[in-house]
Amino acid sequence: MKKSNTNILKNKVSAFFVKLPESHAFRSIMASVISIVIGLVFGFFLLLILKPDRAGWGIYRILFGITDIRRFARMLYFAAPILMTGLAVGVAFKTGLFNIGASGQYTLGSFFALYTAMIWQWPWYLAILAAMAGGAIWGALPGLFKAFFNVHEVISSIMFNWIGMYLVNLLSINTPAMLDRLVGNRTMILVNANPSAVIPKWGLDVAFQSNFMNIAIFLAIIYAVIMYIVLNRTTFGYELKACGFNRHASQNAGINAKRNIIVAMVISGALAGVGGGLYYLSGIGQYLVERSLLMAGFNGIPVALLGASNPIGIIFSALFISYLQVGGDSLQPVFAKETIDVIISVIIYMSALSLIVKTVIASILKRGSIKKHAKEEKQ
Amino acid sequence: MSDYVVEMLHITKDFPGVKANDDITLQLKKGEIHALLGENGAGKSTLMSVLFGLYQPDGGHIKIRAKEVKINNPNDANALGIGMVHQHFKLVEVFTVLDNIILGAEPAKAGFIQRSDAKKRLEKISKQYGLRVEPDALIEDISVGMQQRVEILKMLYRENEILIFDEPTAVLTPQEIEELMVIMRNFAKEGKSILFITHKLNEIMAVADRCTVLRKGCLVGTVEVKNITKEQLSKMMVGRDINFTVKKKQIGKGNKILEVKHLTIASRLHKNNAVKDVSFDVYGGEIVCIAGIDGNGQTELGYGIIGLEKAASGDIVFKGKTITKSAIKKRETEGLSHIPEDRHKYGLILDYSLEENLVLARYRQKDFQKGGFIRFKNIRTYAKKLIENYDIRCGQGAVTKVRSMSGGNQQKAIVAREIDKQPDLLLAVQPTRGLDVGAIEYIHERLVEVRDSGRAVLLISLELDEVMNVPDRILVMYEGEIVAELTPEQTTVEEMGLYMSGVKRQPRFRKATEGLR
Repeated sequence: MKKSNTNILKNKVSAFFVKLPESHAFRSIMASVISIVIGLVFGFFLLLILKPDRAGWGIYRILFGITDIRRFARMLYFAAPILMTGLAVGVAFKTGLFNIGASGQYTLGSFFALYTAMIWQWPWYLAILAAMAGGAIWGALPGLFKAFFNVHEVISSIMFNWIGMYLVNLLSINTPAMLDRLVGNRTMILVNANPSAVIPKWGLDVAFQSNFMNIAIFLAIIYAVIMYIVLNRTTFGYELKACGFNRHASQNAGINAKRNIIVAMVISGALAGVGGGLYYLSGIGQYLVERSLLMAGFNGIPVALLGASNPIGIIFSALFISYLQVGGDSLQPVFAKETIDVIISVIIYMSALSLIVKTVIASILKRGSIKKHAKEEKQ
Repeated sequence: MSDYVVEMLHITKDFPGVKANDDITLQLKKGEIHALLGENGAGKSTLMSVLFGLYQPDGGHIKIRAKEVKINNPNDANALGIGMVHQHFKLVEVFTVLDNIILGAEPAKAGFIQRSDAKKRLEKISKQYGLRVEPDALIEDISVGMQQRVEILKMLYRENEILIFDEPTAVLTPQEIEELMVIMRNFAKEGKSILFITHKLNEIMAVADRCTVLRKGCLVGTVEVKNITKEQLSKMMVGRDINFTVKKKQIGKGNKILEVKHLTIASRLHKNNAVKDVSFDVYGGEIVCIAGIDGNGQTELGYGIIGLEKAASGDIVFKGKTITKSAIKKRETEGLSHIPEDRHKYGLILDYSLEENLVLARYRQKDFQKGGFIRFKNIRTYAKKLIENYDIRCGQGAVTKVRSMSGGNQQKAIVAREIDKQPDLLLAVQPTRGLDVGAIEYIHERLVEVRDSGRAVLLISLELDEVMNVPDRILVMYEGEIVAELTPEQTTVEEMGLYMSGVKRQPRFRKATEGLR
């Protein structure tokens, strides 16, 4: 009796492992993992070329650079905004759109959050809603152009990145009440302007012994879970994905494809805007009036790719990329900061090729099973 | 034995999970027309790909003119004198006829193409076989029938002796088909050997000497065509008896369901209108068929009725309400249903599962959603019901990715979805395109069921068999206009061909422009 039970269990377990490689999720995850491993191996060679004697130490620091809880808090802090921009890009991908304008939407979101927090003295949760609205407006514009004039969203959203940045610079410079009086080219420290606008820490800063720690990362994760539900459980998500997969068939089924393009871009922009809100309302970063686009927006693209545009996957990929970034930063000054950027780029490049990696996995598995089959037949 | 030019002996070809060809032997005599018959997925294309060097067989061997050969690629096949006219022509649209014919075998001196030599040779060949072409015309400017001639001349220019025709009649008018048959017979008389891939039995009966039948990757047999009937052939192909005539109930004409009034639709391809001042009615309890050669405005007419294309002028009245400007969603909730011509582009979302596709136009209904949240359980039950009732074959049931299903079953899924909506008007555009006899019979039965229940079917079709058998009325379209209204029982394929090719026009359908002047 007992024996047969264990046998059944054994069969079940082995059936699980046989089925596992065939499942879609498993292949997606494997593709991401393999991309990461290839990127790290490449990184190791890069470090070997740069400083052979310190390469081993370097790769160790990248992998295990987060040694204490304070660094861990930093990782969570940097993960929150890229999680949001990753979601923004991922949701657009699901609808068949490439929102490369997350940076502009992030910038607008940041400005709306800071302006309402500092000038109107809004509390943090309202300021985040303002950030959402700012990003949504900036996402809606390329969406409208795409739906009504068939202007490709990549072109228009790139342009809106620059328009957004200069617009925010212009508005910031002309709102002296927002600016740091000493330096002048950046917004003032948030806590001095409006303490209620700083995202609460709920004692986490004490637990993690770090000023970087607050509830932003949890808010971001909640957004991801909501997006997961919207995409996979609602008719609305069903329509969005249908449009992404096949616009013609969706139209034929009576789905309003134009409306969906606009709505998808509004949601995408809103998510990126929240990213900006979460970052600046943490009270550490100050908006710098500079002539370069904010990278957090672009980092959303690799986060989305590595997470296969799945909101849950994006949570992990955002944490992972942030992990590498924070761990890699500790390579300084032995290695240049750019070194870690190169390694991350390779991982991202590989993840963009994850479709190819996936096919390779599939063909290897198939070959394996055919061989096994042949063996069994011989026996 | 040496009178065989091609011998494919015991050819076996495995693909993971399927035996595409299982011990198939096909022998082609010199100077014969040999038909290769089989349903979709019977292994015809695989077998021809093996002969053409695109696949290597896993078992068996090929002999050409009694000598065993190994064909590694299409170039080898060409060198052995094997030429092929593909179903979808492989021509460069922006090149001239002459350039297409010499492509890959350009006569050159010091790197310069000797066009005048080539042209002389082409003219000689085209005179010899009576294949008239315009050497300097661009491919994109000539008709489909003419393009096929170019493909045939390409083989002749290369002095191929073994000619493979892959479903050559699919795109031709009845008259053009007749011409092609004559040309094929001439080739055979000349001593060329012809392999003719088709699933149209009439053509085999008309032109072939022998016929090899495949079913599910296996050889059913090779028969002399003169000793066999059409019914026997179809039974060999499908493995059971097939009804060629569609049985319809006697049922009176119902209410007027659809009224198209002076509808004009602009073309996306050229500056002229695709649909010009078209008017007709469809009543409940009847199947009306729009017949015509591909590209005469039928597609656009269908798009106009469903709402994928805007009307430039005119009106569409559905159940007494004007829907000319209504959104697609509105038309569908009012009771209009659509089986689209291009099932991959308009009919299905290939990356969605079968159940998600089966509710594609219905997910908004109360049964399938509550407060915007999808009711997966109900969808699953509904999908299971449709899969069973409509006999949709799918590997993993309701969750099968539609991309992995066969074409016939994909089409069944669309038919199930659209008919189960209980529409007042079913617009079926080319519903049996590319399907095998069994599936065609099945879909025709379903269309007739809709008709017999007193609802209306508007069928748009290019298949003559379908046009002659299924509908109660036929409207023939030529260059965007309706030129004739016919009753299938009182017309012949030949007569219809004259209307389809614009030679004849019924007096009541005067040219629109004449009417204006």
